[in-house]
Amino acid sequence: MTATLFLDAVNPWIDWTWLSDHTSLLLDRLQEHAVLTVIAVAVGTVISLPLGVAAQRWNALRNPVLTISGILYTIPSLALFAFLVPYTGVYSVTTAEIPLVSYTVLIIVRNVVVGLDAVPPDVKDAADGMGYRPLARLLRVEIPLALPAIFAGLRIASVTTIGLVTITFVIGLGGLGQLIYTYGMLENNFRTAILAGIALTVALAFAADGILLVAQRLALPWSRTA
Amino acid sequence: MDFLRTVVDWFAAPSRWQGPDGIPTRLIEHVEISAESVAVAAVIALPVGIALGHVGRFGDLAINISNVGRALPSFGILVLAFLLLGFGDTPIVLALALLAIPPMVTNSYVGLRSVDPDVKDAARGMGYRGLAQLFRVEIPLAVPLIMAGVRTSAVQVVATATLAAYIAGGGFGRYIVDGFATFDYTKLFAGAVLVAALALATELSLSGLERLLVPRGIRSLRAPGTRRGASFKTA
Repeated sequence: MTATLFLDAVNPWIDWTWLSDHTSLLLDRLQEHAVLTVIAVAVGTVISLPLGVAAQRWNALRNPVLTISGILYTIPSLALFAFLVPYTGVYSVTTAEIPLVSYTVLIIVRNVVVGLDAVPPDVKDAADGMGYRPLARLLRVEIPLALPAIFAGLRIASVTTIGLVTITFVIGLGGLGQLIYTYGMLENNFRTAILAGIALTVALAFAADGILLVAQRLALPWSRTA
Repeated sequence: MDFLRTVVDWFAAPSRWQGPDGIPTRLIEHVEISAESVAVAAVIALPVGIALGHVGRFGDLAINISNVGRALPSFGILVLAFLLLGFGDTPIVLALALLAIPPMVTNSYVGLRSVDPDVKDAARGMGYRGLAQLFRVEIPLAVPLIMAGVRTSAVQVVATATLAAYIAGGGFGRYIVDGFATFDYTKLFAGAVLVAALALATELSLSGLERLLVPRGIRSLRAPGTRRGASFKTA
């Protein structure tokens, strides 16, 4: 009991003084975390939209695309980082982003395919009847109708990526994982830094989810799906 | 190519196949800790998800628990469990089980909810009541999604168990963590091969188990793409 009290005194769960003295450290790690996430989701989206459209159009592509991305998704991130390090090195954004982008691609591609699958055939017929050419029909009828599903994919991809970026500390990159590892575990398990790393990761995930939800409501006022 | 040669040699060394740091020992550690974690999570999560799905209430809770689970940083949860409980398997199993609960709750809830109401009516008409209806009609029909949740969780537990090496756990993660610590890229790469293979083997064997558990009568009804639950990845 006395030992626990002593430990709480030298290693408090929340050391407000340390936190207020290190706000720039916390904000820097938060910013690195956000940047790694934004790159992964942005690149993943740019790859996934055409890939998803193609996979949904052509049956020959559908199974290979979903199977290959499914296999990549199953492989643990730590293993993918470790596979790449001998080739792309540590402290490398490339080493971090190849796995992260792969994971976001699977999530978003699946939602693009599901969203496009769900466009009612009647609507497509009506669009054809109104004289839409295939590309115009895709861009102006099918994709807008699939956007709620695509947005749902973006939200899952963002929240997932924010969780996974905490692991990029293994290749020496910044981000909130550094608070948990370098400033926490390596500093005699300094609890405040570890707790701050966890709390900021969760907060960032909820913030990203909320921002995308608001963006969805603004971009698609007709969709009211949560 | 020279590098991959060293990886092959690493696997070929006889010392790799015996002793406390040998591949068989690490495999058993990894599988044991993962199986325990999935079992603990299943005992808690499946009854909750099935009950919520059966009564059809608290749907927001059952769905949102996955969103919360996604937001939790798995590495942070492992370290927190270590801070609270110290060294040993208990903190690792509890942390991994915590991360495995959300997909199982959500998927079993969705599985139970998506049982056709007409089928439930028919079951009632045939004299099934309460628990008999649940166990002999609803759960068998929900097996594909229930098992999708178990599979998703199990693959994530195997993946996240790798990180347990950072809090002095065993398993294949040891090779990766020690490889990083000593800049031994051969060991690092070999560890990644083993972990990736174990994750894929978990996915495949649970898909096989799922196929065995799905009642014969509904195998042909299953539309492709419906058996996968929502994406969930923690490590």
